[in-house]
Amino acid sequence: MPEFPSEARCVVIGAGIVGNCLVGHLAKLGWTDLVLLDKGPLPNPGGSTGHASNFIFPVDHNKEMCLLGEQSANQYRDLGLSVDSGGIEVARTPERMDELQRRMTSAVAWGVEARLLTPAEVAELVPFVNPEVILGGFYCPTVSVVDSLETGTRMRTLAVEAGCRVFANTEVLDITTRPGPVEGSRAVEAVVTDKGAISTEHVVIACGVWSNRVANMAGARIPLAPAVHQMADVGPIDILAATGNEIGYPIVRDMDTFCYERQSAGSMEVGSYAHRPILHHPDDIPSNAEAALSPTEMPFTPDDFDPQMEQAIELIELLGDAEIKYAINGLLSLTPDAMPCLGETPEVRNLWSAAAVWVKEGPGMAQVVAEWMTHGYPRVIDAHGADIARFYPPEQTDEHIWARAAEHFNKTYGIVHPAEQWEGRRFLDAGPYLSRQRELGAEFFQARTWERPQWFESNADLVDRYGVEGREVEWDARWWSPITVAEHLNLRENCGLVDLSAFQIFELSGPGAVAYADYLAVNRIDVPVGRAVYTPWLTPDGGFRSDLTMMRMAADRVRIVTGVFDGGRDEYWARRHLPHDGSVSFANVTGEITTLGVWGPNAPAVVGALTDADLSQAGSPYGWLVDVELDCGGGRTVAAALFRISYVGDAGWEIYAAWDDGPAVWDALMAAGADWGLRPTGGGVYGTSGRLEKGYRLMGAELESEYNPLEAGLARPRVKEADFIGKQAYLRARSAAGGPEVAMCTLAVTDHADRRGRKRYMQGGNEPILTLDGNRITDSHGRVSRVTSAGPGPSVGRYLLMAYLPVELAAPGTELQVMYMNELFPVEVAGTGAVFDPDDARLKG
Amino acid sequence: MLRILCCVKRVPAPGARINVTADGLAVDAAHLGFTTSPHEECGVEEAVQIAERCGGEVTVLTLGPPEAAEQLRYAASVGAHRGVLVPADGGARDPQRTAAILAEAIRRLESADGAGPFDLIVFGNESADSGGFQVGVRTAYGLGRPIVNGVKGIEIDGPAVRVRREIDGGFEVYEMEMPAAVGVKEGINLPRYPTMKGRLASKRLEIEILDLDAPLGGQTMVRLRRPAETVSETAILGHGPEAAPAVADVLESLGVL
Repeated sequence: MPEFPSEARCVVIGAGIVGNCLVGHLAKLGWTDLVLLDKGPLPNPGGSTGHASNFIFPVDHNKEMCLLGEQSANQYRDLGLSVDSGGIEVARTPERMDELQRRMTSAVAWGVEARLLTPAEVAELVPFVNPEVILGGFYCPTVSVVDSLETGTRMRTLAVEAGCRVFANTEVLDITTRPGPVEGSRAVEAVVTDKGAISTEHVVIACGVWSNRVANMAGARIPLAPAVHQMADVGPIDILAATGNEIGYPIVRDMDTFCYERQSAGSMEVGSYAHRPILHHPDDIPSNAEAALSPTEMPFTPDDFDPQMEQAIELIELLGDAEIKYAINGLLSLTPDAMPCLGETPEVRNLWSAAAVWVKEGPGMAQVVAEWMTHGYPRVIDAHGADIARFYPPEQTDEHIWARAAEHFNKTYGIVHPAEQWEGRRFLDAGPYLSRQRELGAEFFQARTWERPQWFESNADLVDRYGVEGREVEWDARWWSPITVAEHLNLRENCGLVDLSAFQIFELSGPGAVAYADYLAVNRIDVPVGRAVYTPWLTPDGGFRSDLTMMRMAADRVRIVTGVFDGGRDEYWARRHLPHDGSVSFANVTGEITTLGVWGPNAPAVVGALTDADLSQAGSPYGWLVDVELDCGGGRTVAAALFRISYVGDAGWEIYAAWDDGPAVWDALMAAGADWGLRPTGGGVYGTSGRLEKGYRLMGAELESEYNPLEAGLARPRVKEADFIGKQAYLRARSAAGGPEVAMCTLAVTDHADRRGRKRYMQGGNEPILTLDGNRITDSHGRVSRVTSAGPGPSVGRYLLMAYLPVELAAPGTELQVMYMNELFPVEVAGTGAVFDPDDARLKG
Repeated sequence: MLRILCCVKRVPAPGARINVTADGLAVDAAHLGFTTSPHEECGVEEAVQIAERCGGEVTVLTLGPPEAAEQLRYAASVGAHRGVLVPADGGARDPQRTAAILAEAIRRLESADGAGPFDLIVFGNESADSGGFQVGVRTAYGLGRPIVNGVKGIEIDGPAVRVRREIDGGFEVYEMEMPAAVGVKEGINLPRYPTMKGRLASKRLEIEILDLDAPLGGQTMVRLRRPAETVSETAILGHGPEAAPAVADVLESLGVL
């Protein structure tokens, strides 16, 4: 064993599948001065890897989870530590059969071989399954069973050969920090263990269920909860033993009972996600010495598992006579939003999280973090959904973590709608109009912690006025209302009032503020005071990191306005790159400023009723802020900034005012708008229908780090002189021969009828775009053409989809197909820009 | 038909390190599951095997908290037919008190419906937690039954039971007229695991409750103390043939080469 070091460039804590693969990937990327620690023994230190069921189903509706699962499966395969057993998800209910059609659609999107089976076909592949209790199955031949412990050992060995030193049975007692390069920031200093302290530049926490406890040592938070997944190993079973293999039959996921059956040599592992959520605080997990089995194999609570056994015997009768040889309450990690926690912690510079990762995606996610540490951002995939910086403070509390983990545990095998809303932990943050919106019957959708009205029941009368049709299939109508279409048409005819309080607003100030803002942004921020600039921020590799608005508020002050889904990540990024000389200060002013949007042809009349300011295009030009006094009645005037811009593509303004003044402005606008058809208008218009008609891109949907501004159609004619993050990569992309390979397009569905003659409406859940021959469309990078957003275009009378297409397929009128629920629907390319008011006459005219 | 009674105790299932509560009077079970004391698990298995072999009914009796019903159900899941719980009051327990309660419970069960004495009463040799080695002997004595402890084999031979136990270099064999009692040791058999159906069937077991008590016997526990730990460390010496020199070095350092 090497001598315990006092220094290292990077210390990785945790030698489960993630920590081992991480040091392996870091070694591949050239890191040599590495230390890997674990408090347990090797090769199985007692974390969740040691009791994992070790199988990978390659289809997930979520792009990050699916592609990183595939990436991981391939890494296991490349090491020869994987067997393709195949796997079948069986359905007992018609609802699940519909879900399996959706699984087929995602399989096509991600290029995974799959087919639907009749009950008899399921029984042909798995003869011990009772076909009488199922309606069908979804079969993936490439479902694989992997050896995660040996994979970890191999990856660790690879790192050791590059110089990594490994210390098992070494407990981390503290992670000390020192002042970071920016005032008020902290940076990693040392890892203190029971064998000594190691001064280090980087620390990675890959501690599975213990990750938050370890992060807390450094003053950081990794919001995850250790949760029980019950598993019983039953056998011996002759038909399994006769295979002579670890795995000889496809794995069966009994989706409607949230249960799986996976052969393990002569036995069957029966695992459950159906029992009550059982969460343990990290402090309540026993040590290796205290645990009867391993720390993460908690005592089995049989009462919780009994219903599952009955259901398992229904499906596979021979299980009934098999002995329960081993049964555990195995711990795994759950987060508040069911996504992993990857990346640098916002609290401590160079303290990295590689946590809440399961065996099925471990190697791929380790690669993500290794690339992030090496290149400044992951290359293998855009990982914004897993970015640890995404959380807002209320999401990091134990109360929130536990409530959310408990709520989504039983959805592990659930049928989850793309727009599904959480039941618990609602109304954590909301604009100052909440009581007014409730009176108007607002249906709230939650964006991270923020509540936003999606539509208002008070507008139900507009449905008849505009003759809006409902949707006949419940799935398509779930989390949707025809009112949202009616609100859209009213906005286009009259005007709408939109609560934008969830905007995350930051300010950069100081003598270096403008130069720093320019360093973050692709577009020029050194513009006259009062000018606002819509701009991408790029990754070092030139892909989208953010997409937001920056406002030149003063000579030495720049305001950043970004969407609620990206506020945490954007704040982290803006703080992370602050100059070290103290010339720029950062402030989050979200809670001080409220924003209302007023748009539609009557917007100038409504807003004009509150101010004498010149609201003409000359007096309040597009893209500029104008300071005004709004007369809110009763002698009350409110100072506000009018910003002529629109994410719905209509005449009007974003109105910025002090938070406490917001209700007065709301009331004054509603009063002034009564004669102008002003209606409160929800996010269904703002975020979907209005946006899609204008072809406006959304960060996290159309805009990801895998795409650059040229491909997204957001490149400006010239590149500014000033340096900015990602500039070199961006310049290379601009000078590439032949131009961008793909273009972001809007497509229109030309026939909605399914095989049963029902009109169907795509939900924007990565539905694949196919050629007329039914072939997938991919580019030379392997990026697939899929629906990134979908929704109605009420003013153009078409249902709209957005997708990247190879430029040769991007010409308007090109006929293609979209797959939805495993059926094909014809679509045609509408273009790369707006389908409504393409000349922006309403916006700028 | 043989009537066999098996006495079991609910005990913590600890890991390598056993923590003691702050007052020093109990095992800290915060992280622990509970199980049947291992000798008694073998006792249940032996009783079930005898019943299967010779025809008979197995009753399992426990003195413990309400949660000890879990251990009765577990016994039912591997073949026991009846489960009887004598709820413990949570106060101090000692072998005399426990044995007196069990003996009285057995008398009640035997007198109910004129059932008569159990042919065989099976104890574990000692419990996994307190390890007093007394309850079986005291109970049998209280009932006036013969008992052999340390039993590693049981044969039923008509009205007699022949048992054997290990001694250095061989076995001792005892024969007793039934009704009799034995204290069995782990290793007498390999207890089966419950089947799924067995587990589900055990959920339907109606647990009989007997409320009984007896005076303290005089033995009191002062405190539990955890002995100093011996820390051992595992080092991987290598893989495959390359590991041979390192293995040889270790063997040499141990003086075995």
